[in-house]
Amino acid sequence: MKYVAMVYANPGAFEALSETDRNAMMSEADEYLKTFTDSGELLGGGYALADASTGKTVRVRNGVPAVTDGPYAESKEQLAGFYLLDTESLERATEIVTNDPAARFWAVEVRPVMDEAGTEM
Amino acid sequence: MTAQAGARVEDLLRQLAPQVLGTLVRRYGRFDLAEDAVQEALLAAALQWPEQGVPENPRGWLITVASRRLTDELRSDQARRRREETAAAQLPIDELLAPGPADELPQQEDDTLALLFLCAHPALTPASQLALTLRAVGGLTTAEIARAFLVPEATIAQRISRAKQSIKESGIPFSLPPDPERAERLRVVLHVLYLIFNEGYTATSGPDLQRSELTAEAIRLTREVRRLLPEDGEVAGLLALMLLTDARRPARARADGSLVPLAEQDRRLWKRPCIDEGVALVTEALTDKPLGPYQLQAAIAAVHGEAAPAEDTDWPQIVALYELLERVSPNPMVTLNHAVAVAMVQGPEAALERLSTLDDDARVATHHRLDAVRAHLLEMAGDRAAARAGYLAAARSTTSLPERRYLEGRAALLRDDEP
Repeated sequence: MKYVAMVYANPGAFEALSETDRNAMMSEADEYLKTFTDSGELLGGGYALADASTGKTVRVRNGVPAVTDGPYAESKEQLAGFYLLDTESLERATEIVTNDPAARFWAVEVRPVMDEAGTEM
Repeated sequence: MTAQAGARVEDLLRQLAPQVLGTLVRRYGRFDLAEDAVQEALLAAALQWPEQGVPENPRGWLITVASRRLTDELRSDQARRRREETAAAQLPIDELLAPGPADELPQQEDDTLALLFLCAHPALTPASQLALTLRAVGGLTTAEIARAFLVPEATIAQRISRAKQSIKESGIPFSLPPDPERAERLRVVLHVLYLIFNEGYTATSGPDLQRSELTAEAIRLTREVRRLLPEDGEVAGLLALMLLTDARRPARARADGSLVPLAEQDRRLWKRPCIDEGVALVTEALTDKPLGPYQLQAAIAAVHGEAAPAEDTDWPQIVALYELLERVSPNPMVTLNHAVAVAMVQGPEAALERLSTLDDDARVATHHRLDAVRAHLLEMAGDRAAARAGYLAAARSTTSLPERRYLEGRAALLRDDEP
């Protein structure tokens, strides 16, 4: 079963950490990704996202695209990064994520990815 | 190269893969290196044979090519070890010379079985068991397995290499397990084959079409096990279950990938030869073999298979088979399906009563199938509001898109029907 692990943090949360924590976080994150890539459970590496303010939001209404900057939600927690897991169960996925240093400082949400397969009833 | 020649070569290679690997492992030990060498030989053959023709002795050709790769690997491995440890050579020199096909040992039928037992060793994770079985016994490439499981090729490569590492570290032998554990180990082998089948069968049309090749591969491997263990009732039962289930595949999903429930399937689309073969297999097994869960599940599928219109289904027979299945292999999913059959014989109220025992069962209490079955029974009983709520609850908790679409559809029908 596939799961997306999404790291949520306030903008600037990384800068707010002490230098020791920042360094620990960097090296642990690399090790974390490697450990579970090697176990065949973490797929395709991790993606850290740039600040939400550097992005664009696209809406198409009545065939007319509207592209706006942002969002600028200065204080709100935003998606800071994500990666894909493929594990036996949700329990195993959450067990893996407890090793993610980001979970120690912020929060990591684990959500099942909908499967194209299904059983007729 | 014609596509036909390519396909013929591919079939031949898949059939020969476990035989060649078995020979190499018996000759050199080192399952991990032998498996890599066989993959390389298979790849070379897949490129050369369709162009240049299949050699007279294809198995000998593969053994020779794989042996050369393996001895090269062993030599460099040995040289490395010598450099690193200045240790004495550990292999007698004649073992490092690639023998010609004339040296070929007589084929041992048990090799394929021994490989299956090795690949489905309980020390490996289920994901690794599946990947390794498909590669070492099925002769599939890492890329093919990755496409079938919708994960990156690197991930499958990691799973295979970790599995091989575990086999090496725990010194798991290449042999049939001794008698006291053999039955239990065979159960794991059959479960791995069942999981491979299911992975392919549950795929709906569209982007996942390649996964359905897993169904054919699982049936092919189970046929092979049946050929090697013709006396085992559960092997026959599993093969029958796969055939009877696969027979329904043309009717189970619409072109847009949406699911058609068993009762509404166009049974003229069912694959009749698969049903006939499955029915014959399970009938024979049930007559003179000890009863087992695969045989009983196959027997239930056979009853469905024999009902040309759904209304002809022999539900009392199905209820009786579920009663046996609950005794042989009790689990909440069996209880759920049993309840559906009971509803068809005794009515929805009796079935709903059975379900109440599952509310305290942590294995299914929050599972979408429990909500879905309950909603179905409530709909039968005429309680539309409760049925609708059940379908919606099930739709929220399933992680399958086609199932969610189906359940939301059922819920919507109940809303539209309200006065």
